[in-house]
Amino acid sequence: MQVFMLILLGFLVVCAVSVSLSKNLLNSILIYMSYSLVMSIIWILLESPDLAITEAAVGAGITSVLFFVTLKKIHAIMKSEEEQKDE
Amino acid sequence: MSKKVSPEKYEKTLSYRISQWFYGTKDPFLGTVEMQPQKPFAEDKETVKKRRQEKQGLFKNIYDTSHNAELQFFGKVYKVFSVLFCVFLVAMLLVAVSDLPTFGHPENPVNNEVAARYIENGLQETGAVNIVTGMILDYRAFDTLGESHVLFIATCTVLILLRLDNSKKGSHGMGYDMEEDRLHEPKNDVILQTVARILVPPIVIFGIYVILGGHLGPGGGFSGGAVIGAGLILYLNAFGFKKTERFFNEKTYKRLSFCALGCYCLAKSYSFYTGANHIESVIPLGTPGAILSSGLILVLNICVGLVVAGTMYTFYVMFRKGAY
Repeated sequence: MQVFMLILLGFLVVCAVSVSLSKNLLNSILIYMSYSLVMSIIWILLESPDLAITEAAVGAGITSVLFFVTLKKIHAIMKSEEEQKDE
Repeated sequence: MSKKVSPEKYEKTLSYRISQWFYGTKDPFLGTVEMQPQKPFAEDKETVKKRRQEKQGLFKNIYDTSHNAELQFFGKVYKVFSVLFCVFLVAMLLVAVSDLPTFGHPENPVNNEVAARYIENGLQETGAVNIVTGMILDYRAFDTLGESHVLFIATCTVLILLRLDNSKKGSHGMGYDMEEDRLHEPKNDVILQTVARILVPPIVIFGIYVILGGHLGPGGGFSGGAVIGAGLILYLNAFGFKKTERFFNEKTYKRLSFCALGCYCLAKSYSFYTGANHIESVIPLGTPGAILSSGLILVLNICVGLVVAGTMYTFYVMFRKGAY
């Protein structure tokens, strides 16, 4: 269990660094999502399932969806070239 | 408006003027006090030319760094000081962190008599098997009330910020925005709709389970409400606004959160009056472990869950549409 915990914590650090280093905003949000998911697993290992449920629902679910909507509103998510040819 | 008075007569009454002032359709002070409608701004070509030349000259003076010794000196000092400040800040934070007690140590200041009391007498005093819920919704119910209100106020603020003028609805600007929004939406995506049809009912039922079982196991109003809100968002994404607005629109949200928050206030103030200061609470605690137990906690959980679910969903809709 100790090793598993260390792997998860290392994953958290890698995620946190790569969120700020990634140049694509969409990728940043996806990495942030996985960060929250791993965080909720860590909450379970720390014996607080209450927090784990909330983290999974709010951190990984709703926050990232709100980020996606914001990216769409500021036109940071572009359509792919094939789709543009279709229209 | 009363039906007995004709509209012409009603317009002369005081209540009509007051209501007009209240709804902001007419400003009674416009033209009577110093306030006057703005005149359109106009200037002739000569002054425009002069103003532009002055502006350019000013920019030249400011950005002429190569001949400005003071500015060069300041730039160097600025860099040195910023590096020094960063190092200082990092050092301060590291020193502060190294002073923190070790994680999970039994003699930490967190493990004091308050936590011990919660663990020893929590089940007896609140009737909740899950100590965390007993703490949040009984010992510290006032804090949770504040948190729910913060959520509600945040939604109200976004509603006010993103409010659309009723007269502008349906004009070019709004329609264009909606069209733009439609472009990125999946148009009746079969995969998404099938997945949503299978997944949304279990998600919502799991949320309800988490809310109702908050005092028995892990969970509670906030997490369950967030789960239900996420399920509703998935449903909205798959089937569009028309289907969700049949059962959940702005009015529903307002009534729902108002009722839930009012219910919480009433229940908790009742509990404060009867249960605080060692006066016996009237509400029976019931057998621990049964679903109808632990006094008011179940009701409060449902209230918090309703507010949170509505808030999450409404936030998403408002960001998505730009208005509600």
